Amino acid sequence: MTQKVKIEIDGRTCEATPGEMIIAVADRAGIPIPRFCYHKKLSIAANCRMCLVEAEQGGRPFPKLVPACATPVMEGMRVQTRSALAREAQQSTLEFLLINHPLDCPICDQGGECELQDLTLRYGKDKSRYAEAKRVVKDENLGPLIATEMTRCIHCTRCVRFGAEIAGLRELGATGRGDHMRIGTYVEQTLGHELSGNIIDLCPVGALTAKPSRFRARPWELIQVDGIAPHDGLGSHLHLHVRGRQLVRVHPRAQEAINETWISDRDRFSYTGLSAPDRLGEPMIKREGGCWQALEWQGALQIAAERIREAGSELGALIAPNATLEEMYLLQRLVRGLGAQAIDSRLRQQDFRGDAADASLPWLGVSIAKVEEQEGILLIGSDIRQEQPLLAHRVRKAALAGGLVATVNPYRLDLTFPAIQFTASPSGMLRELAALAKALRKRGSGTLRTLISEVKPTAQQVEVAEQLKQAGKRYRGLILLGALATAHPDYSLLRALAHLIADATRAKVGFLPAAANSFGAYLAGALPHRLPGARPAETPGLSAEAMLNKPRKVYLLWGLEPGFDLADPAKAVQGLDRADFVIACTGYRSPALERVADLLLPIALFAETSGTLVNAQLDWQSFRGAIPPPVEARPGWKVLRVLGNLLELEGFDYRSSEEVLEELRKQCAHAKPNNDPRGDLKKLPPRLSNGDRLYRIGNVPIYALDALVRRAEPLQANAEFLQVSLNPDQAAEMGLGAGDQVEIDQGEGKLAKAPVRLDPRIPRGCARIPAGLSGSEQLGPQIGPVSLEKR
Amino acid sequence: MVERQNSVCFRTLHLDQPWRLDSYRSIGGYGQWERILQERPDPADLIEQLKLSALRGRGGAGFPTGLKWSFMLRSAPGQRYIVCNSDEGEPGTCKDRDILRYNPHQLIEGMAIAGYCIGATVGYNYIRGEFFEPTERFEAAVQEAYAAGLLGKDIGGSGIDFDLYVHNGAGAYICGEETALLESIEGKKGQPRYKPPFPAQSGLYGRPTTINNTESLASVPVILEKGGQWFLDQGLPNNGGLKVFSVTGHVEKPRNLEVPLGTPFRELLAQCGGVKGGKKLKAVIPGGSSTPVVPGDQMMELNMDYDSLAKAGSMLGSGAVIVMAEGTDMVKVLANLAHFYAAESCGQCTPCREGTGWLSRVLHRILKGQGRREDLDLLDDAANRIMGRTICALGDAAAMPVRSFLKHYRHEFERYIAQGERCVS
Ligand SMILES: Cc1cc2nc3c(=O)[nH]c(=O)nc-3n(C[C@H](O)[C@H](O)[C@H](O)COP(=O)(O)O)c2cc1C
Ligand code: SF4
Ligand code: FES
Repeated sequence: MTQKVKIEIDGRTCEATPGEMIIAVADRAGIPIPRFCYHKKLSIAANCRMCLVEAEQGGRPFPKLVPACATPVMEGMRVQTRSALAREAQQSTLEFLLINHPLDCPICDQGGECELQDLTLRYGKDKSRYAEAKRVVKDENLGPLIATEMTRCIHCTRCVRFGAEIAGLRELGATGRGDHMRIGTYVEQTLGHELSGNIIDLCPVGALTAKPSRFRARPWELIQVDGIAPHDGLGSHLHLHVRGRQLVRVHPRAQEAINETWISDRDRFSYTGLSAPDRLGEPMIKREGGCWQALEWQGALQIAAERIREAGSELGALIAPNATLEEMYLLQRLVRGLGAQAIDSRLRQQDFRGDAADASLPWLGVSIAKVEEQEGILLIGSDIRQEQPLLAHRVRKAALAGGLVATVNPYRLDLTFPAIQFTASPSGMLRELAALAKALRKRGSGTLRTLISEVKPTAQQVEVAEQLKQAGKRYRGLILLGALATAHPDYSLLRALAHLIADATRAKVGFLPAAANSFGAYLAGALPHRLPGARPAETPGLSAEAMLNKPRKVYLLWGLEPGFDLADPAKAVQGLDRADFVIACTGYRSPALERVADLLLPIALFAETSGTLVNAQLDWQSFRGAIPPPVEARPGWKVLRVLGNLLELEGFDYRSSEEVLEELRKQCAHAKPNNDPRGDLKKLPPRLSNGDRLYRIGNVPIYALDALVRRAEPLQANAEFLQVSLNPDQAAEMGLGAGDQVEIDQGEGKLAKAPVRLDPRIPRGCARIPAGLSGSEQLGPQIGPVSLEKR
Repeated sequence: MVERQNSVCFRTLHLDQPWRLDSYRSIGGYGQWERILQERPDPADLIEQLKLSALRGRGGAGFPTGLKWSFMLRSAPGQRYIVCNSDEGEPGTCKDRDILRYNPHQLIEGMAIAGYCIGATVGYNYIRGEFFEPTERFEAAVQEAYAAGLLGKDIGGSGIDFDLYVHNGAGAYICGEETALLESIEGKKGQPRYKPPFPAQSGLYGRPTTINNTESLASVPVILEKGGQWFLDQGLPNNGGLKVFSVTGHVEKPRNLEVPLGTPFRELLAQCGGVKGGKKLKAVIPGGSSTPVVPGDQMMELNMDYDSLAKAGSMLGSGAVIVMAEGTDMVKVLANLAHFYAAESCGQCTPCREGTGWLSRVLHRILKGQGRREDLDLLDDAANRIMGRTICALGDAAAMPVRSFLKHYRHEFERYIAQGERCVS
């Protein structure tokens, strides 16, 4: 423990760590010191001069007032924050800040929650002494998320420092001098960083406000409800701001162990998808000739129950990995209660050969906060900034602290921190990992032995292996498998190699959940090989892949869109087409869903239902509904309760979602996180050969993850659209150029068309053709062979 | 006095093409550097000589140079830097320009010696962007010095390295502030850093750095050659040596003059041919535009050294002596100065960014004959609220002239206000 010092602030004795700033000590003691530029997560700028205080050391006063945010404490220091001199200085600063401020609070969206307004109330005078012309600043268009009114800017540079220090991308900067200094992008551009929305919260005034919620409500009209973000594996803590029946905006709720004080733009703005025009409001049934007709809940549920009963063990259920724990648990009860075994939530996985050896309860491997303490991180198959934006920030911190970050991916990532990137085709990824294993003197067994025998590690691989080993020695090595690994045709082998490398380096293996509740599915039993409590099923049921290959009589689809959320949409649609009846519990209607479904049941989405999500570090995070679902839509757990009762299954009389949760919780008492394989992953032959076929890399772009974000207009405004990205050399060989339209053929007889884009980050032998984007609904496997034909 | 004149930084002035290496050599130039290369004296002894000389920083703040150098922990590992401040932006000042033009080698020698004393193997000279000819001269001199084996790695087999780079400013006064200068060299927007940490702990690229003015560094070879005591004896205790004054304004012969510290202002003025047109002296800004104005009568009794001017409520600053004759419109002068500071404030800290603009706008309004009675108290009050509350000294520099002009010439401002538009026409 470091030695503590005692200082006195306004007559109160406070304990402090030497080197801490006065303002931090005062904050802890609840002594208010006014400030604008200071923010505990950002570097110190000391530019606003609002926090000037009087201080003395050993009876000797400092020659000038000192900024509390930039003055480190020392034993015996005495500080006065409210002396006449300090107050006069604080008032002076405020007066200076106001002279050029437009004072347009009545038309400012920040009004009521503005730090300048609050401090003006405390320090301001009612009449200004400033009688000259005021500064006016021209606004820039920063894109669909952030509205600017730069005349209001007080130049605290929080937004600038956020870009430089947190985002790792300097999108904003200061130009000009004196009172012509302005904050902007210099060359007008849209802010594209996935965390950029945080500058809205950081801006103490109304210079940067949220465009989607601008002018929608005054802060005092809003009710604040706690929420949990429904997209990535963090489950960031949210404040949902509700007015009447409407969710007006989403803010971060500080939770140091998970999201610190930030949230990603996806978590902040996805709520706008709740009111998409294709939101499903009432149950609908498909009549003769493909016409859709609305019907009453009672009738709809009866039809559903009838069809499900008829199907019996021939029922197959697919549930989105962002469904709540309660929904997952009840759905698996329903499926298994009917004697069926086909339920899965691993919608984007292709390789299920490792199920028997699957980890008993996978998780991140370390706590979220510990990620930044790792000294060696190997990232396998993860476009981490797109998949887990805030976890990427933790990885960035680890890298900036000097840790090694190495990646093995099918394309080069745009990272905001130093990393060693091994980029290779899907089969090449296996060889890259094999080379790392070889550099660690592992020979492996089974398939791995052959793989390893065929490679020769490069000097860089030897170096990375050595650094991982050093990190592992200090218990600070971590190997993470992400969404591009999960979608890999040889996922089992990637895992086997990861474990082998972990073995040799004493690094931990961790998994990045595909969605907000992927690990919850293990606890709820929403998997073919896991019963509630993550207990292994004695006879595993059919995986997502298997149940689409062996068509079921009836399918129940929960919260997913077959064209966008499945690993192989083309094959999925074929499977669903062959079923007698398809029931879709969904928030939205979409043409692809309407094509395969026979009955649509409207369910509540994010913020509209109570429930629980389990994040990457296996926190059970429960929340209650903040707003009612639209029209007739109902919370999912209630729909399942009625269905269970109609099917006369035992014990479906839950009175609340909490009761459902309690029942599950009891079964999870012995569930322990464990990433070790429960069997042998190494015997499987690789599905991929080194041949020279072109492979599709179907990553899921950040704003294509699930049905909700796909409909969040502000996020979609600048989002990626379907393109075929090729290495320029590869394209040249194929006679293709940028902008050429090509037909994408994945051998299912269905073609998609998209323009070519040249991108040197893509390795040869690969074409990056994302999944989840409009136009990709008819494509085959996310990662799999593809041919391109110029049109 | 005249014999001792121009005997330190300007000691080459009498030569033909004084900026050339052989000219500098002809008066014993690089002798000190070569002695150091051969004998490798203890840097502490050299710094002792500087302390004894009472050389005070010629850039404006007047901080003792020897003391500054002793803050650099020579034993600490890693890169250190010596940076020369040739930004010379203070209105009225043009002495560093002439050192660069006429005696560049002495500056190079001074920088190399400084590097040796503080353990820096790399030096940067940050030269004001508008100084085209001086930059060329200095760069040519650096080339000559490299060619003569006076700079580089393992110089003359001594095991001592010293590399020298030139960096040009881009026309911002604030980049003369030492930490803004460092930011500028690093390629960032020129804005002063909050101190602490001071450059001696974390300076250029986060490494320990010493920054000195051109004139300070160019004085060093002479101090070592003739001894600290000699230098001290030229001036006064605590005000050692000679100092270049840039005398401008209403004088017959505006010029740079290197004279002993403590020289009576009266003599300095006489050497410049007296007040222009034989007019009466009205006022003097004795140390560059940032220093408080001194009324003419008072000035005629003062000596030009740090302590005398401080006692009189002003400062020696950078040594730019701005002379104003009877008839000078002090409202116009102040409005002009205020405009300068408003335009040159870097804009980061509130009191300076907003306050300098405020002062300037009010003064220009008064100048236009639209002044109000309350304006003068407002100006004084606003200036007081800037003083001492900013990150760097530009805020103070902007406030001090306002306060001193109002103190000594308030009646002129009052007349503008009382007569309104009439005064203007
Ligand atoms: C606004 C501002 C402008 C300055 N401009 C200069 C300058 O142009 N040249 C200079 O040598 N010092 C300038 N200084 C002073 C430097 O910050 C620093 O004190 C000086 O370079 C140190 O060198 P010295 O100790 O040799 O004087 C300026 C200071 C301020 C606050
Ligand atoms: S006092 Fe002026 S010039 Fe100095 S840091 Fe502050 S704003 Fe910049
Ligand atoms: S909060 Fe301390 S100067 Fe801004």
